[in-house]
Amino acid sequence: MIAFENVAYNYGGGELLSEVNLRLAPGSFHFLTGPSGSGKSTFLKLSYAELQPTAGRVTIFDREVRSLTRDDVAMTRRRVGVVHQDCQFLDHLPLAANVTLPLTVAGRNSDPRDLSDLLGWVGLGHLGDAKPPSLSGGERQRAALARAIIMGPDVILADEPTGNVDWEMSLRLLTLLVELNKMGKTILVATHDLNLIRQAKSQVAARVLRIKNRRIQLAGADL
Amino acid sequence: MNALKSLLTPDRQAARVVPPTGFTAQLTLFTSAAMAFLAVFALALSLASGRLADRWSSALAGTATIRISAPAEQMDTQVAAVLALLGTTPGVASARALDQAEQRALLEPWFGPDLPVDALPLPRLIELTEGNPGYDGEGLRQRLLAEAPGAVLDDHTRWRRPLAVAASRLRLLGLVSIILIAGATGAMITLAANAALSANLPVIKVLRLVGAKDSYIVRAFVRRFTLRALSGAAIGTVLAMIGVAILPRADDAGGFLTGLGFQGFGWLLPLLLPPLAGVVAFAATRIAAFRTLKGLT
Repeated sequence: MIAFENVAYNYGGGELLSEVNLRLAPGSFHFLTGPSGSGKSTFLKLSYAELQPTAGRVTIFDREVRSLTRDDVAMTRRRVGVVHQDCQFLDHLPLAANVTLPLTVAGRNSDPRDLSDLLGWVGLGHLGDAKPPSLSGGERQRAALARAIIMGPDVILADEPTGNVDWEMSLRLLTLLVELNKMGKTILVATHDLNLIRQAKSQVAARVLRIKNRRIQLAGADL
Repeated sequence: MNALKSLLTPDRQAARVVPPTGFTAQLTLFTSAAMAFLAVFALALSLASGRLADRWSSALAGTATIRISAPAEQMDTQVAAVLALLGTTPGVASARALDQAEQRALLEPWFGPDLPVDALPLPRLIELTEGNPGYDGEGLRQRLLAEAPGAVLDDHTRWRRPLAVAASRLRLLGLVSIILIAGATGAMITLAANAALSANLPVIKVLRLVGAKDSYIVRAFVRRFTLRALSGAAIGTVLAMIGVAILPRADDAGGFLTGLGFQGFGWLLPLLLPPLAGVVAFAATRIAAFRTLKGLT
């Protein structure tokens, strides 16, 4: 699905990631952890071609990121669902239109029943007409997850999805992600919430990666 | 071609993804309306100048007048001598003496219809038509001086020519003004589009994040600005055409100023301005949008 080979990323003020080697296998579930500023978000951005590595190769669906045209990048992102901590909604559109935005930009119509089912699955069936600013943090995160999966992506990347929600809502979001993984989706969650990771390990066979000294390591049993 | 096709095909969902921006919308509408208004007057000026240049040019088709002042008893002799002289002058196609009725008609606007032409010591006039090639004006003057001392060549083509040239230049200036107006419209719409694109950068980033192609994002902005420019220009054009239509009609006494307007099919020409504004807006917004997107991943 997504592979990193000797990848380095330099923001200009020094190297943030170095010698990163990783392969996200289809259907796998990964957590990526590390302190703030360690490069978790940068790693995710490299994974959906928002950034290009300064060294090494990033391959998404067997295509090297540097060889992708802008249209190729757009097409790739239709197969990668991304959930951001700040959700990134279009505040002037109602929730339903935000959730179906990937379909809209792809020129596809959304089936009202499918949309209703999806919103119901994330527990937002009654909020389709609400504008994003009126939603709570948990509702926004679940809506962002719904938007990320509406195109039926192969991979779902989540950047601190539980950063702005309480523990109960964190568990609810985790349950949704685990369900998606059981449907065969490849999941990568960047988080610094170790309790969430511990909770997930009881539900799913997740690998935990840790960014330390600019490199990605497999975390041990200390988590 | 695809870009034009997508412009004409309304996509309500695509149009909704970019929030309406009141300020740039009004700016584009006002600019297009004002520019179209000015362009209509520049066009009217250009066409009027063209007509004037044509009129003066046709008048230049080579006519001149010879005025003969002589004692009454010598007048007929002098006229005959001048006509004979003109008959042998190379470059003179024809020459004829104006009769008294024609001379009275010429003076009538100033002295009224009851002027006793017979009783007044008026000079006689001979109208000559220039051939191709024309005659040698200076040579003719010298011959008239030698053979008919009371005859004076009034070569009015010589002073009308600079006026015709000036009218042509005025027409050119009118056309240059229209080109400048189109350029200024493009510049203003580029500024407005850039402002809208900058204001909507977060929206554009979200659209890219969820897999929108550049062409989709550009289309949303281009369609919006093109339609605004088109509507603004249509309003400006209609208002200016009404303004031109209520100008006083052209007449002989009014001359150039009252002739500032459109005639016949000329009334259709201003209708080209709204589509022209649309094309300018389409190109300006498209270039600005692609340039902005190039800086985003």
